[in-house]
Amino acid sequence: MRRNGSLALIFHTIFVIVMVAPILVVCLVAFTPEGFLSLPTNGFSLRWFRTIANYPEFIHAFWVSLGLGALSSLVALLFAVPAALAIARYRFRGRDVLAALFLSPLMIPHVVLGIAFLRFFTSAGLGGSFAALIIAHVIIVFPFALRLTLAAATGMDRSVEMAAVSLGAVGWTLFRRVTLPLILPGVISGWALAFIQSFDDLTMTVFLAAPGTETLPVRMFLYIQDNIDPLVTSVSACVIAITMTALILLDRFYGLDRVLAGKGDTGR
Amino acid sequence: MSMAADERNARAPWALTAPALMLFVGVLLIPLAMTVMLSFHDWGQYKGIEPVFILKNWHEIATDPYYAEMFWRTFRIAILTTLLTALLGAPEAYILNRMSGRWKSFFLLVILGPLLISVVARTLGWALLFGGNNGLVNKLLMSLGAIRSPIPFMFTETGMVVALAHVMMPFMVLSVWAALQRLDPQIENAAMSLGAGPVTIIRRIIMPQIMPGVLSGAIIVFSLSASAFATPAIIGGRRLKVAATLAYDEFLNTLNWPLGAAVATLLLVALVLIVVGSNALIERRYAEVFR
Repeated sequence: MRRNGSLALIFHTIFVIVMVAPILVVCLVAFTPEGFLSLPTNGFSLRWFRTIANYPEFIHAFWVSLGLGALSSLVALLFAVPAALAIARYRFRGRDVLAALFLSPLMIPHVVLGIAFLRFFTSAGLGGSFAALIIAHVIIVFPFALRLTLAAATGMDRSVEMAAVSLGAVGWTLFRRVTLPLILPGVISGWALAFIQSFDDLTMTVFLAAPGTETLPVRMFLYIQDNIDPLVTSVSACVIAITMTALILLDRFYGLDRVLAGKGDTGR
Repeated sequence: MSMAADERNARAPWALTAPALMLFVGVLLIPLAMTVMLSFHDWGQYKGIEPVFILKNWHEIATDPYYAEMFWRTFRIAILTTLLTALLGAPEAYILNRMSGRWKSFFLLVILGPLLISVVARTLGWALLFGGNNGLVNKLLMSLGAIRSPIPFMFTETGMVVALAHVMMPFMVLSVWAALQRLDPQIENAAMSLGAGPVTIIRRIIMPQIMPGVLSGAIIVFSLSASAFATPAIIGGRRLKVAATLAYDEFLNTLNWPLGAAVATLLLVALVLIVVGSNALIERRYAEVFR
């Protein structure tokens, strides 16, 4: 294949710089020794990272986000794994409709979902509760959990399972000892991607969170609305570091291009 | 024996999907239906929400020019964002695809990675780069001689489009990238051996083949931009409203839930119509590519 020309490489360089610049500037400003927003030209300092400790609401929000992401992704998988197995293995009436329904949270604007859940949970007497947040997050991360599990279940070698059946494995034992270990990489990646989606969601959660159940993005957003200072950049830098770690693990474990491209969408 | 197995097989997929189906009907379809119904309810400053069936909110949205202007702004920003991502993202995907293995996967990670980084953090980065009249972007553009006086980015549509384009760019690159994977590199070589120049090759060979990828990327970018919340809220401030931020205000500040529900319903219906309509158009136009 032919190489890129120099014009193409200049374009590419500028493109990459622009893509990285906003993320880089947040991380740099977080290390400023000054009391105001500035690039750390007079040496690096951790003062704004230490300041986070004086704001218990950020730390509390972090734990809420972490618990919410971990739990809702797990619950989503409990529903998504059997559904993925059914969609991958059986040709039944309504299969395409079900698959479309299960992926629909990707298509519905999160602002609409936020409003719908706010209305629903308020009338159910669960407004602002952690339980409501979990259920809402299960819905929005479900497509990601389903897609990766589906890709694993579709690509699975059925002959191992048949061998197990011929040796007398049935039902739960068959699933726990044979099927689950075979699709486990897809399931774990589905969990990780679902976790990141839950951990980062602002638009839907901002409608549901109440003081005490505010997630980190919500806390950051409400803080930015009032004023932007180096504190919020150091919090953002921490969030970016957490996501990057998850991202690198995901890439090593499964391949980021496969995760993002969502190969094997509906098992077609 | 085999009949029993067949019967079990017929019931198995339903048994496996039933929990997820019940979850989706119970906490997705019902809440969405409730929101549509809410948009027909009445609301007053002192009486709160009254569960009656009236068209008051819809009438207000249809007649008050404030809403027409707001929706027009929302879609204008979404269209400009889509154009910007297509104009820059498609060439970048093409360049990426021609790189050698290790560089290719490295830059793919750099460009697609931001997709998973918090939108709040990414938009905060733009707010820092824009930062008033002497922000970094303006300083750079002025020192390069590209502009004479600073461009106002904060609290303007220009700033919203730039920041949104950055947030949405990975979707476009990914979509064009997927289209490029289906492309046979030999066609390019064949065109070259027949005497076609680089411009002709891009215009006559590459463009027509990646167009479906650009268009499906455009649909994703458009629908996500039109319903975006975090970026317009942070860059646009409290004054420059788009559909999502207006709905947020009605729900959490004014507390006029029925009106907010009407705005959200209209946004959902408009987006579904636009997405389904353009998908159908693309599939008819490029039927041979999808076959």
